[in-house]
Amino acid sequence: MADFIQLLVAGLATGGIYALVAIGFTLLWQTSQTINFAQGEFVMLPAFFMLGAMSVLGLPFWGAVAVGIVVSAIVLGVLFKRLLVDPMLRHGVLPLAIATMALALFLKEAVKDFYSAEAQPFPPLAAATNVSIFGAAVALQSLIVVAIAIGAVVALQLFLNNTQTGRRMQATAQNPTVARILGIPVERMILLAFVINAVLAALASALVTPIYLAKFSNGEYLGIAAFIAAIVGGFNQVRGAIVGGLLLGVIDNFAAAYLSAQYRAAIPLLLLIVVILFRPQGLLGRVEERTV
Amino acid sequence: MSRWRLLLGSAAGLIIVAGLIAAPFGLKPYGIYILTLWAVTTIAAIGLNLTLGYAGQVSLAQGAFVGIGAYAAALLTTHGWPLGSAYVVAAIACFCIGWLLGYPALRVQHHYLAFVTLAFSTLIYLVFRNEEWITGGIYGLSNVPRPSLFGYPLRSPRDFYYFCLANLALVSLAAWWLIRSPWGRAFVALRENPVRALSLGVDTRRYTLMAFALGSGLGGISGVLYAPLVQYIDPTPFSLLLSLNLLLMVIVGGSGYFFGPFLGAIIAVLLPEWLQAASKYYLFYYAAFVMVLLVVSPSGIIGFFERRFTAARKSAPPATPVGQAKVA
Repeated sequence: MADFIQLLVAGLATGGIYALVAIGFTLLWQTSQTINFAQGEFVMLPAFFMLGAMSVLGLPFWGAVAVGIVVSAIVLGVLFKRLLVDPMLRHGVLPLAIATMALALFLKEAVKDFYSAEAQPFPPLAAATNVSIFGAAVALQSLIVVAIAIGAVVALQLFLNNTQTGRRMQATAQNPTVARILGIPVERMILLAFVINAVLAALASALVTPIYLAKFSNGEYLGIAAFIAAIVGGFNQVRGAIVGGLLLGVIDNFAAAYLSAQYRAAIPLLLLIVVILFRPQGLLGRVEERTV
Repeated sequence: MSRWRLLLGSAAGLIIVAGLIAAPFGLKPYGIYILTLWAVTTIAAIGLNLTLGYAGQVSLAQGAFVGIGAYAAALLTTHGWPLGSAYVVAAIACFCIGWLLGYPALRVQHHYLAFVTLAFSTLIYLVFRNEEWITGGIYGLSNVPRPSLFGYPLRSPRDFYYFCLANLALVSLAAWWLIRSPWGRAFVALRENPVRALSLGVDTRRYTLMAFALGSGLGGISGVLYAPLVQYIDPTPFSLLLSLNLLLMVIVGGSGYFFGPFLGAIIAVLLPEWLQAASKYYLFYYAAFVMVLLVVSPSGIIGFFERRFTAARKSAPPATPVGQAKVA
C-alpha cells in the first residue's frame, strides 16, 4: 500500500508535468493547426535560460525561473510564431510539422554545441525531505510539483473561461472565420496561444529539470510523452490533455515498477497505438473530421 | 524544346553514372565506404519518397525498417545463409509490417500517422535493444560477412560498392517504372485529392497500404545492404534519429520528385564528409538550413529550381509538393 501511494504520487507529479506540456501542444493545434514536434525541446531549453540567468546575472533561483519564463515567452512564443510558423502556415499542416522537426534538431544541437553536451546540475525545488501520507513516505518535491501543475492548470482554465480574452481565444480556436467577423483580433489571440504555450513549457522545465538534470536530450522523451498525453486525452480539448497527462504519468510509473523496466517506454507507445486505432479522437475528444 | 531538355537530361545522367562508376578509382577506402553508404541510404530514401512524396503519407518509421532489414541480414548471414535469403526475408517482412502499419493510415491522417509511425519506430528500437537473445542487445552482432555474387566474393570496398550501386540502379529503375505505371498515378491521385481519387474508382484503401508496404520494403532492402557494409550491427543507428534524417532527406531533396532522394542523401551523407572542418556544428547548420529551405520552398531544392526554371519560361505550373494539397 505504501509503495502504491508512493508510485501514485510520483506518477501524478510526472503526469502533471506531461499535462502542462500537452496543454500547450493542444492550444497550438486548436488555434493555428500547428503540430509542434519541438515541444519537448521547448521544455529542455528554458532550463538553460534559467541556468544562464543564475550564472551570468547572478540571480537567485526563483528570480532565474521568472527570467527564464519571460525569455521563453519571447523566444519560444513570439519569435517561434513570427519566424517559423507564420511563413510556413500558408504551406499547410505537414510542411510546418516537418519544419518543427528541424527546429527540434536545431535547438538540441545548439545547446549541445554552444552550451554543453554534459548534464548540468539544476537546483531542487525543495529540500530532499519526505512527507508521510497514509504511512507512505512521499517526496516533498513531488507534492510541490503536483501543486504547481494543478495551480497552473486551474489558472489557465479560469483565464480561458472567465475572462474576455480567454473567451476570445476559445472562439478563435473554435471558428476563426466567425471570430474574425465578430471583431476578435484573431492574429493576436493566436500569438497569445503561442506565448501561453511557451510559458507552460518553461514552467514544466523548472519542475522537471531538478529531477532529470539539464541536458540537451531531455526533450526527446518529454516531447513524445506530451504528444501521447494530448492524443490519448483528446487532441482538441484542454481537459483531455490534463487527463491524458496524468494518466500517462501514473501508467509510466506503475509500468516501470510492476511490469518491465526495460519496456517501460513501450507501454505509453502501445497505449498511443491502441487509442489511435480504436478511439482516434481521444478519450475526451470530439470527433473532428473523417478523413478518407 | 522538350527534346533539348531530354537530351540535356540524358547527357547529365550519363555523366553522373560514369562518374559514380569511375569514383572508386580516385578514392581511399573510407571515401568508397561513404559513397557506398550514400547508395544504401538513397535506397531507403527512394522508398520513403514513394510513401511520402508520391502517396502523401508521412512515415517516421523508415529507419526502423532499415533496422529490421539490417538485423535480418546480420542474423541470417552470420548463421551461414547467403545474403539472397536476407533479401527475401527482409523484403517480405518489411512489406508485411508496412502493410499492417498502413492500417492506421486508413483511419487517421497527417499528424496522427506521424505519431503512430514514430511510436512504432521507438518500439522497434526497444526490441533491438532489449531482446538480447536474438539481437545481441547493446553489444550487437559483429562479423557480418560480405556477400559473394555467383561465387565471386565482394570483400574489397570497391567490389562491394559496385554491388550496392547496382542495387541502387535496379531499385531506381523499378521506382521509375512504378511511378509511371497506373499504380504510381494512383499514388499521386491519393496525395492530391483522396476524395476525388475514390470517386474516380481508385481503391484508396489498397493503394494507401501498398504505398506504405512498398516504401517499407525498400527500407528493408537498404538495411540488408547496410549490415554487410558496416559489418557490425547494434541498435544505435536505428533510433528515431535515422527515421527523422531520412524524412528530412526526402524533404530537402524534394519530395515527390524522382531525383529528390538522391540529392537529399548527397546532402545528408556526403556533404558532412566534404565539409569536415565544420563537422562539429554540421547538424546545427543543417537543421537551420532545412528550416530556411522549408520556408522558401516546401518542395525542396529540386522544387525550388524547377519553380525558378518554369517561372522563367512561363510553361507548365510547378508540381504540388506533399501536404500542400489539402489541409484538414
